[in-house]
Amino acid sequence: MGTFLFFLLALLCVGSVIGMIISRNQAHNALLLVLSFASLGGLFGLLDAPFIAAVQIIIYAGAIMVLFIFVIMMVNLKEGIRPERKIWTIRLSAGLAVFFLVELGLAVKGTLASLRVEAGPAIGSPTDLGRLLFTDYLYAFEITSLLIIAALVGAIVLVKKKKDEG
Amino acid sequence: MIPVSYFFGLSLILFALGIIAFFIKRDLITMFMAVEVMLNAANLAFISLAKASGSLSGQVIVFFIITVAAAEAAIGLAIILLVFRQRKTIKTEEFRLMKG
Repeated sequence: MGTFLFFLLALLCVGSVIGMIISRNQAHNALLLVLSFASLGGLFGLLDAPFIAAVQIIIYAGAIMVLFIFVIMMVNLKEGIRPERKIWTIRLSAGLAVFFLVELGLAVKGTLASLRVEAGPAIGSPTDLGRLLFTDYLYAFEITSLLIIAALVGAIVLVKKKKDEG
Repeated sequence: MIPVSYFFGLSLILFALGIIAFFIKRDLITMFMAVEVMLNAANLAFISLAKASGSLSGQVIVFFIITVAAAEAAIGLAIILLVFRQRKTIKTEEFRLMKG
């Protein structure tokens, strides 16, 4: 059952990203990305991380993608943009993708080879995660609040229209 | 149970697809979405590693990555709006200020 669910979600995720590459409509791209993030949330659930799965769906598939859709609405391209037809760009991207695939694959292989400790089950319940967040990662957590303030102020200052511009 | 290497493989495939989408797409918004795909591939790798090593630290780091991604999306989309307001387009081939 678990394996079936994994392959279903993985297929959904990869398929919607491929659909994003093929489709020319930005709104369709955003919706396909929502599908991909939601299925990734399901995969996080399969990996014993229920809290992160919920955060993924609420923040990523909810908040961030709604932000994207708002911007798509404001920018409003009349006709879609055709994907890149220059042959060297496709070659470059395929080459880079294969390069990173091989490099990361080697890294992952090394990691998995060294990971032979069969640890106990670590289910990421909100209680455990919260305890870890407020003990071991307290400084990082507090600095995150600074980051969010900076992003908030930065976004407002960037988009604000000046008075004389109307 | 499902072996962790499956999840790692999926994460690698997602990362490669993100790279391809970033270079093939020609509007800023979709390129930005491709970056989000790559971030999510990293998240998946972190969580599968947390599962494999039996420690919760990987999940906490994913929590931080999601926060940073939200901040990054807010700033990045603000910049895209700014660019659109000045140049009236978001196609990347129209931005050739530095081409000489």
